Amino acid sequence: MNKELVDKIKNNPDYQELVSKRSGFAIKLSISMLVVYFTFILTIAFSPATLGVPLSADSVTTVGIPVGIAVIIFAFILTGIYTKRANGEFDDLSNKIKESIKEN
Amino acid sequence: MMLNRIFLFLILGTVAVFAAGAIEGEVQKQALNMSAIVMFLLFVGGTLGITYWAAKRTKSAKDFYTAGGGITGFQNGMAIAGDYMSAASFLGISGLVYLKGYDGLIYSIGFLVGWPIILFIIAEPLRNLGKYTFADVASYRLKQTPIRSLAASGSIATVILYLIAQMVGSGKLIQLLFGLQYEVAVVLVGVLMILYVTFGGMLATTWVQIIKAFLLLAGATFMAVAVMAHYDFSFGSLFAHATEMKGIEIMSPGGLVSDPISAISLAVALMFGTAGLPHILMRFFTVSDAKEARKSVFYATGFIGYFYILTFIIGFGAIVMVFQNPQYLDMAKQAIDGGSPILGGNNMAAIHLSHAVGGDFFLGFISAVAFATILAVVSGLTLAGASAISHDLYASVIKKGNVDSMKEMKVSKIATVILGIVAIIMGIMFEKQNIAFVVGLAFAIAASANFPILFLSMYWKKLTTRGAVIGGSLGLATAVLLVILGPIVWVQILGNAEAIFPYKYPALFSVTVSFIGIWFFSVTDSSHDAEAEREAFEAQYIRSQTGIGAEGASEH
Repeated sequence: MNKELVDKIKNNPDYQELVSKRSGFAIKLSISMLVVYFTFILTIAFSPATLGVPLSADSVTTVGIPVGIAVIIFAFILTGIYTKRANGEFDDLSNKIKESIKEN
Repeated sequence: MMLNRIFLFLILGTVAVFAAGAIEGEVQKQALNMSAIVMFLLFVGGTLGITYWAAKRTKSAKDFYTAGGGITGFQNGMAIAGDYMSAASFLGISGLVYLKGYDGLIYSIGFLVGWPIILFIIAEPLRNLGKYTFADVASYRLKQTPIRSLAASGSIATVILYLIAQMVGSGKLIQLLFGLQYEVAVVLVGVLMILYVTFGGMLATTWVQIIKAFLLLAGATFMAVAVMAHYDFSFGSLFAHATEMKGIEIMSPGGLVSDPISAISLAVALMFGTAGLPHILMRFFTVSDAKEARKSVFYATGFIGYFYILTFIIGFGAIVMVFQNPQYLDMAKQAIDGGSPILGGNNMAAIHLSHAVGGDFFLGFISAVAFATILAVVSGLTLAGASAISHDLYASVIKKGNVDSMKEMKVSKIATVILGIVAIIMGIMFEKQNIAFVVGLAFAIAASANFPILFLSMYWKKLTTRGAVIGGSLGLATAVLLVILGPIVWVQILGNAEAIFPYKYPALFSVTVSFIGIWFFSVTDSSHDAEAEREAFEAQYIRSQTGIGAEGASEH
């Protein structure tokens, strides 16, 4: 990629939109995954009894079971959300950028 | 023609080795398991057939490393899951749930949460910038020789450590399941793995992993459903029975994560380590573009998450159906230690459960699946190690890129055979050793050397060769040193009274050292070359973001 092309793409508003939207989105999703996981693991480290509370008085199932399963499902849903938006909106922007450099 | 003949010869040789071992097996403690052997032979026959088919389609280095780049996102997601769901995680995590209940779930969650992070920050730029190995990306704008040498060292170290764990585990497992001698089992795994990889390359490896992932998920689903059916699909009723057997404490976090530093350090190792495993990263080059790379992670996360939920149910199923069941009790051990030890130890909980829910036939199936799992994982590892040797060290460092595709492929096949032999020798050497530290060390190296270099090369403009080499090496050395000084090696293996480094997982410290080292030696690098490397970032970033100029699906 030569200097001229680099400058051209860099100044393309579609490219700027792609980079800012995608990095913002990726950072937001990464942070939500980290917050959820570290909240979970630090709860276990600092206060293991919290997750050991039974769901109801006559149940042996503890709060920790649905919470743990929810962390797994949350991770999967996040990958789905990212993939859907990136494969649609972000790829459309990439394709527009590719088109714009083909023109000349 | 020649190739085919050698191939046939090797197949026959393998069958002969197997048959010989099967006869000797009768002197082992474990009875010969006929249905397991028949199903295993079906799997081996089928996958060798695929290898034969794949061999005819593997004509260039690109085919060998990436299966031609035409694997779909769904297939690759399945193959990634097949690569990641090792026998250790199937038997180990269900065994941990069986032993400690809730702690097993905590452990498996740690192995899953790295995947979304891989998707958000690694998968796409990796696919857009790389060709065959992650070192392609790390050395994209930096100096080839030092960066590739370091990346290849990190890859080979990770691969060999992981291979040791897999080989030793497989030898013991097969000894127990099939009644084969330990050495025979290790040689058998090594020979089959060499066959798959040298002849079928990435294409055969991918399909072995896909088939294995399918069989493992199907078998685990059947077990979980059978357990749940016993309790009218009520978790409450399953847990109630389990606590009657083992006490209420199995429903709460136990001693797995005791202090916050260990908790964070383990989390860092699993998250960043997963994102630095060479055999996992390599899988992203088998798909055509970033779109398929993203889909791969989406499907892989789904399969792996589902699998961990199944292992949790299987572990609890084993508590109610295997624990205290006289059929699975190890009488000899009970006589000495008391309690209710099961045959083969806690990691056999899932295997015994398969017998409890499905009889001899299903036990045979699950045993064969466990064997298939080992084969799939070691094949992926060996291919990644061989690529680091042939593509990074031979083609780029020694030949400076002036090498034709056929020659490079030949070198990677030779490297595969050598790695296979090394794996067999290591597997036999480490039979009686305590290898509890090796997978942890592999993750620590991946997290402290591979990941920081890869991540910063993608996103940090000011990274220079000097920074990456010094910082990455410091991270690698710190990880190795802290594992040696830690409780497992220093106390349990070397027999010292107290660990110099008190934590089992060094990643929090070694990753920090690595990042600080890379940062410091990059920003203080005022050489002319460093300036050029910073200049080159812009073009690299555009390619990583848009895919303009990225490797296409196929060259022919």
